[in-house]
Amino acid sequence: MTLFVAFWLLPMLRLVAVGASGPTGVAAYFAVVTNHHYLMSLISTLLLSAAVTLATLLISALVGLFLQRNRFAGKALLLAMLTFPLAFPGVVVGFMVIMLAGRQGLIGVVSNWLFGDAWVFAYSLGGLFLGYLYFSIPRVILTIMAAAEKLDPALEEAARSLGANPLQVFANVVLPALAPALISSGAICFATSVGAFGTAFTLATNIDVLPMAIYNEFTSYANFAMAAALSIVLGAMTWLVLALARSWSGNAAGAAA
Amino acid sequence: MQKLFRFYPQLGFTLLVCAFLIIPIILSMLAGITDNFFIGWSSGFTARWIVQVWDTYQVTIWRSIAIALACLVVTTVAGVPLAYMLARHNGGNSRLARAIEELLMMPVAVPGLATALALIMAYGQYREFRGSLLFILVGHVLFTLPFMVRPVLAVMQSAQLPVLEEAAASLGAGPLQRFFGIVIPNVFSGILAGALMVVTLSIGEFNITWMLHTPLTMTLPVGLADSYASMRLEVGSAYTLIFFLMIIPLLIAMQWVTHTTRSRVRL
Repeated sequence: MTLFVAFWLLPMLRLVAVGASGPTGVAAYFAVVTNHHYLMSLISTLLLSAAVTLATLLISALVGLFLQRNRFAGKALLLAMLTFPLAFPGVVVGFMVIMLAGRQGLIGVVSNWLFGDAWVFAYSLGGLFLGYLYFSIPRVILTIMAAAEKLDPALEEAARSLGANPLQVFANVVLPALAPALISSGAICFATSVGAFGTAFTLATNIDVLPMAIYNEFTSYANFAMAAALSIVLGAMTWLVLALARSWSGNAAGAAA
Repeated sequence: MQKLFRFYPQLGFTLLVCAFLIIPIILSMLAGITDNFFIGWSSGFTARWIVQVWDTYQVTIWRSIAIALACLVVTTVAGVPLAYMLARHNGGNSRLARAIEELLMMPVAVPGLATALALIMAYGQYREFRGSLLFILVGHVLFTLPFMVRPVLAVMQSAQLPVLEEAAASLGAGPLQRFFGIVIPNVFSGILAGALMVVTLSIGEFNITWMLHTPLTMTLPVGLADSYASMRLEVGSAYTLIFFLMIIPLLIAMQWVTHTTRSRVRL
């Protein structure tokens, strides 16, 4: 515990102090909203993360429910493969996106063959979207499967016997039961996407998301105060999202980038 | 008939998602052993990219393994007693314990970039420390500690430890004897799960390490980023292939452990 205080808590407090020590003082903390450049990175970071979160929840809910409810040959293998990328660092995920949508990537080759036009979007926000999707899906699938395991099939049968169609059953029985898992894993997904650095770093140094802005501030311009202020804002944001989700869902949540 | 309409589309979708996750992995593994990826597999297969990676980056691989093992030692020595404390404090139901647990999770919740900057600003002026592997180890321990504490804590809370301990105490066992004779063997599955997670995460950690590393303390993922940025696609792929070969056994072991522990103690 002493180690933790010495190496995390105190450095964090120091970071807060450094953030306020720049030429603009405490105002550095508001630069995220007052400075046009940072505001734009903030907005694109948030929009991208929100889009990733929605897409991930949708895909993982479908796959997770399906895997939980059906037994078939090769299911264990499929599940193992789906959860494999869980431990990949962001840089490797970035590289996977390059393999998929980069200059010599699979999507480019296939689209060139089909439409005579190579689609290359790895080095833009599209690639980043794909990358975040790549590492979010495995995490969310596991949470959803754990939640679906506890779902009582009798409830659904009851709803069906009362005349509800599949869509109604899904909206009124399955969805509310899964809601806590969806909220908590969605929050993790959002927080990881907001803070993920490795993937953006691999794909291109000029993708305009907040972690890249911090990195450039620190290494290219040696603007330590700004970098510190921005990372405090970023950290506070992710922590807030996770804390809110936890109070809504009553579940323990944690993120890993 | 109903099965036809519901089962197969869903299976197809699941397979599609699976393909999205797996195909790039296979592609990059193949690219690592292809002579010229731009031409394709018709150019033949070769081991020279792997040899080149081994020559250039071998040291980063050993360094990463060393850090992961050191990290495992620190998180076990610090994390298991800590989990024990958290589980026992006030009969396992204290505000303080929950607050500490929450605090421990912070380095995981907060982006690694922020943690790394904080460490640099606080300790960057100590040149010796800044340039040593210890600096990176600190970052890794901060990030992985919760992954050791949480599974151990979970097992401690679900197992019937207090009863067993009481029995041992009534037979005259001291606190240390109880800790090593009763607690450790009983939470071993939790320690194992935590240990695999810690090693895997430490080997793959990039966000914190990238900011903390110096040219002399480059780890495997940092080397990966370096090779992606400056080397041929084949070299990056070969390096990734080596990374997969290191990490995949760990992942398989992890799945096996969670599977067996889940059937033994309901977590």
